[in-house]
Amino acid sequence: MVSRAAWLYIVVVVAVTGTLIATTHRLPAHIHQRLMVLVVLQVLFLVCDSTKTPLTSRQTKWSPSSAATLAAVVLLGPVCAAYVGAVSLVSLRRPLLLAERLFNGAMYALCGLAAGTTYVRLHGPIGVPDAMQFRRIAIVFAVAATVHVLANHTLIWGVYRLNRGSGMLRREGLEASLPLLLASDLGYACLGLVIASLWMIMGWFSAMLVLVPLFVARWAMGQFAEQQRAYAATMNALCQAVETKDYYTRGHGDRVSRGAVMIARQIGMSSDRTDAIRFAGMLHDVGKLGVPTQVLQKTGALTEDEYAAIQLHPMRGLEIVREIGFLYEALNGIMHHHERIDGRGYPMGLAGHEIPEFARVIAVADAFDSMTSTRSYREAKSIQMAIGELRRGAGTQFDPLLVEAFIEALDFEEWPLPAPARAPADLTIVTVQDHDDPTAPLQVVVP
Amino acid sequence: MTGGTITERPAPDRIAYWQAVDSGRLLLMATAAMLVTAAFAVTAVEAQPHAAHHYPIYWAAALAFGGFIAFGELLRLSLPGGREVAPIAMVGAMSYALLLALPTYGYTKQSALLVIAVAAVGMAVGALPHVAAGRPAGITGICSRIVAVACVAFIFRPMVSADFVHKPWELAFSIMALLVCFGWLVDALIGALIRADDVGARFSVAMLDEIRLQWPLGLAVGASVIITVFSAKAVGLGILAVFTGPLLVTQLAFRRYAGIRATYLQTVRSLARVTEVAGYVEGGHSRRVSRLAVAVGRGLGMPEPDLLALEYAALMHDIGQLSLRDPIPGGATVLVSAADQDRIAELGADVIRVAGVLDDVAELVRCQSWPAVGHDPSPPLGSMIIRAANAFDDMVGGSINRDKSAAALDRLRLDRIEYDAGVVEALAEVAGRRVPSRL
Repeated sequence: MVSRAAWLYIVVVVAVTGTLIATTHRLPAHIHQRLMVLVVLQVLFLVCDSTKTPLTSRQTKWSPSSAATLAAVVLLGPVCAAYVGAVSLVSLRRPLLLAERLFNGAMYALCGLAAGTTYVRLHGPIGVPDAMQFRRIAIVFAVAATVHVLANHTLIWGVYRLNRGSGMLRREGLEASLPLLLASDLGYACLGLVIASLWMIMGWFSAMLVLVPLFVARWAMGQFAEQQRAYAATMNALCQAVETKDYYTRGHGDRVSRGAVMIARQIGMSSDRTDAIRFAGMLHDVGKLGVPTQVLQKTGALTEDEYAAIQLHPMRGLEIVREIGFLYEALNGIMHHHERIDGRGYPMGLAGHEIPEFARVIAVADAFDSMTSTRSYREAKSIQMAIGELRRGAGTQFDPLLVEAFIEALDFEEWPLPAPARAPADLTIVTVQDHDDPTAPLQVVVP
Repeated sequence: MTGGTITERPAPDRIAYWQAVDSGRLLLMATAAMLVTAAFAVTAVEAQPHAAHHYPIYWAAALAFGGFIAFGELLRLSLPGGREVAPIAMVGAMSYALLLALPTYGYTKQSALLVIAVAAVGMAVGALPHVAAGRPAGITGICSRIVAVACVAFIFRPMVSADFVHKPWELAFSIMALLVCFGWLVDALIGALIRADDVGARFSVAMLDEIRLQWPLGLAVGASVIITVFSAKAVGLGILAVFTGPLLVTQLAFRRYAGIRATYLQTVRSLARVTEVAGYVEGGHSRRVSRLAVAVGRGLGMPEPDLLALEYAALMHDIGQLSLRDPIPGGATVLVSAADQDRIAELGADVIRVAGVLDDVAELVRCQSWPAVGHDPSPPLGSMIIRAANAFDDMVGGSINRDKSAAALDRLRLDRIEYDAGVVEALAEVAGRRVPSRL
């Protein structure tokens, strides 16, 4: 899965790193005496690198290995820092493609070299830090650590970009989580100087000691990721339970949530807001539970009272989710997802940019999914037809910018169309029986 | 088909502060206050300008660690179960208590009382912005931290001497490791005592919960303290600034974990109300049942992870009704036939099992309709609790009328087959405690 351009890039990185190590820098004197330090730091790097943890989402992995490289910068100098980073080549993480191994090894070596060169150029003293010079060392180290973090992210960004196109970065949420990632990396990079300082007193044991808080942090991040998964799964299960009541729309919340996230990423929303809109999309119709079943499943025209009952559902939804610690915006999104740009929507009749952004986003995804799934009164429309309808409604019902963003996003990402419908034999028991199998195809009666 | 009658209750932390102060808290605060007063008095007397050990660095260290502690107190976080902790403040205070030596200065000479004074001032300063922002001051947490630090400081400060500092680092390291564990245990012990008082848990269960929940953070704090002490000995106070980086990231990880746990619980709480909004059950029913069930479970000595599963199961115990085409009249499951109860329970368990991560919760929901006696296999304790709590709430509702609740309890007591006798007695105790302000 590595494109030719990315391969070329990797080869260039490897070649540049090799040349730089071979030509411009000499090994420090008495390296054989320091061999033990080098090996310990390499092991530390390997341990950190082999236990990467998910940070915000599945895609963003994070590892505190830069601490080992930066400790090597202070204790041993640039070339040895490169040797520490190069250990990534034999990382114990699996599965890892050869291209990934080569790239990681060369990339971390290059970062170590860059940070080390910066440190030396700024007259940072190599060796166990001296208390008298500590303030200067700390400042120079901070610059070197920043260089390391920036070089690391720039090189990774290059390979992502060449391998999967620039849109991919945004769609996987990598761009949005970058500030958090940079901050975490910088924070743990500081640990390099702590290891170097401790070395004077406890030698190799300092690397062991530093691993304790690192592993606890890793544990907490793992717990976070686990809880996040459990949370999403529970939310999904509860939404499915809500949707069993109205089986025409099974899977609707999930698809609207996906659509809303696609739009959110296309317009460059921050990761926190993207998470919030994911849940808002999922829960936007939860208030339909307050609408009598007969009305929801009615096949003929609605009476005025019935229509009024349906119009109340955003308010009912808000009432249910109000106490969840969501972003305020998510609540707004649920409350106003049936407003129209021309002001003729409900429940408040807001117009234009009075309508909260979340609500405008959800409205587009909501309408699109509704059009592309079968309803009691009509067959599903094709994606092209639904896009046409969205364009027609842009400016009156929908925010034109968001419609265009959604259509662009649809070019990259496949839309999960609901399965084709089949009429159930007995309408009255369907909801109960279907409930056992949430993956059953949508059951719809065509009048 | 009406929904919207959701009763609003004040959250427990919104009761006036003096109402929440009980004997355990009072004892803790008095101890901390005594320690701090003594510390200030002695420090003020000792602070003669010409005393031998009054190098500028003596006060610089006090200032640096005080600032560090204040910063940590500012960034305190709430762990699951509403535990307020301030790991960075704890690292600062413990490190100051265990500080061995500083370069060019030699072994450190601050007394245990100075350590307490610095910790108290730092924590108070760090708590000020919280108070200004209208959040609780967290006095209980601060007192508990001060007592823990005092215990460690009183043991360790007298040991520090020129001789001690020149012994191999392994000796100091071992002593510190022991003391850090000791300090952590003191903190956990105080936490458990307070908690047992607050929520009516058994002390032994509360202590085990505290240890189970706090050990990862305690481990990180302990290791960080030792790292700080030794690296400060090597390179001086500057290391405090450097070490803040990794500490912040670690704390961030915990904050995010605690945050998602809280959101998770809130979401289940809110979504469990869909049965109310849809008119399947009476407003507030799921929340009352869950509150009752958790209190009963706690009274019966269930540990916290089980209580969490019980809370989720109690919140969602009626979710199976969503699969019914139309609501049961009145929504009270206690009034429908056993076969229907079984079906609702099974349907509810199926809904929850879809999540794939709450199978224990689903099991509790599934078994909630089983009679306590004579069913093979017999239902788990959690299910029996939910069954009793649900029946009680179906009969009593949100009412706090004592006669009504006594009548309902009598009815449960008479039914020895359906309801477990021990559970009903625990329920009676909880119901007897119910007071208007909490409900």
